[in-house]
This record gives sequence, C-alpha cells and structure tokens, in this order.
Amino acid sequence: MITNPLLIFVAAFIVNNILLMRYIGLCPFFGVSTSLSTAFGMSTAVLFVMLLSTWVTWIIFHFVLLPLDLVFLRTAAFILVIAALVQFVEMFLKKNFKTLYTAMGIYLPLITTNCAILAVTFLVIDYKYSLFQSTIFAIGTAFGFGLVIILFSAIRERLEFAPISRSLKGYPIAFIAASLVALAFLGFIGLFGLTL
Amino acid sequence: MTIFLKSIIMLGSLGLILGVVLALIFQKLAIKTNDLVERIKLALPGSNCGICAFPGCEVYAEKIVKDGIALNRCLPGEPEAASKIAKILGKNVEIKEPMIAALTCQGGKVQCRERFIYDGGTDCRQAYILHGGNKSCVFGCVGLGHCASVCPFGAIKIGKNRLPIINERKCTGCGICVKECPKMTLRLIPRTKLVYLACVSKDKGKAVKDICSVGCFACNICIKVCPYDALNMENNLPVMDFSRCTDCVICVHKCPAKSFIDRAKARPYPIISSLCNGCGECVKVCQFNAIEGNPKERHKIISAKCIGCGECFKVCSVKAIKMAGALGYQHKTA
Repeated sequence: MITNPLLIFVAAFIVNNILLMRYIGLCPFFGVSTSLSTAFGMSTAVLFVMLLSTWVTWIIFHFVLLPLDLVFLRTAAFILVIAALVQFVEMFLKKNFKTLYTAMGIYLPLITTNCAILAVTFLVIDYKYSLFQSTIFAIGTAFGFGLVIILFSAIRERLEFAPISRSLKGYPIAFIAASLVALAFLGFIGLFGLTL
Repeated sequence: MTIFLKSIIMLGSLGLILGVVLALIFQKLAIKTNDLVERIKLALPGSNCGICAFPGCEVYAEKIVKDGIALNRCLPGEPEAASKIAKILGKNVEIKEPMIAALTCQGGKVQCRERFIYDGGTDCRQAYILHGGNKSCVFGCVGLGHCASVCPFGAIKIGKNRLPIINERKCTGCGICVKECPKMTLRLIPRTKLVYLACVSKDKGKAVKDICSVGCFACNICIKVCPYDALNMENNLPVMDFSRCTDCVICVHKCPAKSFIDRAKARPYPIISSLCNGCGECVKVCQFNAIEGNPKERHKIISAKCIGCGECFKVCSVKAIKMAGALGYQHKTA
C-alpha cells in the first residue's frame, strides 16, 4: 500500500487516472468536453465537490458506519450524503459567492450523479487511507480528471473541423480519440512502481 | 433482524438529519430572489432551449429585469410569453407576429423555360454568378436548393419541379433562407395570412408572358378587384399590404396568370337560408356571378362559380347567408 502522500497524488493524478485507467466518470467526460470553457468549469466543480464529499463520507464511514457495523450500507449512505452536500454547497455558493456559482452553473448539480465522486469515496475506504491521505487522493483524482477532460476538450475542438466521415462524426470519433488518449496514458503504468 | 432494524434506523435518521439540516440551512441562506424574475420565469416555458441566446429561462428572466433585454425573444413561448411578461413588467411590447417563409416564385422546370444548359456547381449561388442562373426569368428562383441546405430546421426541400417546398409545420420563420437566397425569391409573410403574390418578376407584359406561364405581367386586375385596397402596384408587381388583406382570395381567382398563391387547404362555401328577402346586395358584391335569383325572392348560390370569399356573408343585412365547410381552415395551415 502506498503511504507517501506525494506518491498517492501522482498515482491518482496520472498513473491510475480515473477517466483513462479506471473508466469512471465517462459521462461528463464525453458530455462536457465539447469546449474548453465548459471542461474547465466542470473540472473545477469536480475538484470542489470531490474534496468535500471525500471528507464528509470518510467521517460518516469511520464514525457512524464502522461503529454500528453497517459497512454494507455505505453505497446508500454515501449517495444520500453526497446529494445533500451538493445541495448545501449550491445554496451556500448562491448566497455568498454568486460569481463562482454562475461560473459553475449547471455542472454543480450535475456532479451529484457523477460516478467519479462516489468512486473516490469508496476507493479511499478500500485503500484504508487516513483523512489526510484521502484528501491528497481526492485532490489528485480531481486534478487527473481535470487534466484529461481539458486535454480532451482541445482534441474535441479540433475534431469539429477535421474531415471525418459522416458515420463517425460526433460521439463515435470522440470514443476512438479517447481510446487513443487512453493508450497514451497506458505508458505511465509502472511509473514509480505504481499500478492499480 | 437487529441488523435489519439497525440499518433502517441508521439510514432513516441519516436522511432525517440531512433533511432537517438542509431545510434549516435553506431558511438561513434563502436568497431574496427578485420577485419579478421569479414571476417572469413562470411566464416562460421553462424548457431551457436557448433560442433566446441565453443559457436558460432563468437567465433570460434575469436579463429581462436587469439589462432590459427584449421580451419577445422566446419563440417556444409565443404568443403568450411576451405579453405575459409585458403585463408583469407593466410595459408595452411589440409582439412579433409569427411569420413563415414563403417562396414568391412559381416558375419551376415546367412553367419557366431554361435559357441555357447549366452544368456547373450545385448551389444556387454558383449558378447565380453565371448570368443569374439558367432560368429564362432573371428574377425567379434558381431552384438548386441553397435555402434547403441553410434551413436549420430542415423545413425546406427541393421538389420535383425544381422549386423549394416549405414545410409549414417545421418552418419557424427565422428568416435565414430569406437572407441567404441570392435571388431574393423567399420572403417572410405573417403566418396567419393565406394569400400572397408568388412572383418577383419586375418585367411586364409580353416580356413575362413569353418566358413564364405563371409570372405576373402587371395587368393591374388584382388591384382593381381587391375590395380592401390591399394591393398596390410597385415596380410592375402588386405589393400586398398584409394589414389590409382579409384573405378573401378574390385576387387569386381573378389573376389571369395565376400568380397568387392561396395557402388555405380548403375554403368555406355560403348557404343562403330562407331568411333571404331578395334584396340583391349579395349579387352586387359577388365578383364571380355566383349568386342568382329574382328580386324579392330567395337567392341561390351557384357552387361551381363560388370561390368562398365570404363577401356576400359580410354584406347580407338580414343574416341569411352562412358560411359552412372548411371548418377551422385557418388552423390547418397555420
């Protein structure tokens, strides 16, 4: 088990990238990566929510579910907590940081149903990370998500103007391009001896 | 069993706590959203389609209140939305009349001869560069379908006669085809109006007759027969004043070249009841001699001649004439 915070970060950031290595969170990956600005908005929102939800669910798990011996309920409990949390964050931002709220726009409520968020909350528990390590892991994962989605949105913007045959236009070519990007990321496997 | 109970209690209490906390927070963080914005939002359809050029109905409502953006940008909400918003704001808006694109040329392959064999590119604009296209009428539609390719709603198709056919259900009256047509043969007409002149030829007399069987040759008949003075001759073309036109279709039937188009799928016909006192007013007003009868006797409609213009209905003083058939014919086309 990796314990070095730096290595946890690198592993979550690049080596075990959540989008390209774990294939989690593909819906926003294809849905929001059509332009650079929306991709950036989505990745900041993911960073924000991922961090908060990891903290809260870690606390819930270790101080509620474990003592009560109800570990099997974590999926239901986590979804509940994340949904409520996002709702709260949305209200808080709307009240106090109006600009941030409008910048994130629709992506904030969308994240409630983002599997990447739920996956991270599960993974930090499966890896038996401490709260600090979980934080590092969540930040790394969110950065990895942002890196790939922003990189890919640039590719998507170029794809718009590329001469692509009609049958492949749109999502088909996006999936093909994503697979090539994933192949490129495969090169990071084994970096510092880190793998899934 | 205990685990079963424990999980129910745990999840239930978690949900309860979260719910209560959220409700409390909501009260504390409740933002006094502008009451106006909220009400305008309700007046909008709420489909967040983005036709108004804003990300959603809420943003558009905000922009209306704060920046004074025009109220009539919501197409799906028409015609109610703009007037509702105007009521809320206490403003008067010009509500845009819903329009529809109409092709003002009937000179297809059959009606209008070709001047030369055109073998070039397959876009109207390319053909237009070569002596204004190969139709013998230099004003009319080229018929290569540039309008069909630019229509964002797929409402235009090129028919067999090499003329665009506009699907009235799909057309939203956005006017893109009108701007793009190199010949300016397309125009926007009010959606509720059924009659329009379908010719753009500025020639007159023999010059038109020779090249096109449906071209307007500026004979002035339509202007004379129009009971409402809705037509005016300008540049050898009768120009329709849609605010005056009542869609009576008299011009359509009187036009010797059949240059007018009636969008109505069916027309009503009059029935003269026994109330008729034979005053003869209707006979005077009928331009098609479709009413006959002796004075002081009940008159009769000659249905073969009647076009269903409804002039007799309007003029009858004893209300003996009723218009029947073609129920709701205006809705059919609108």
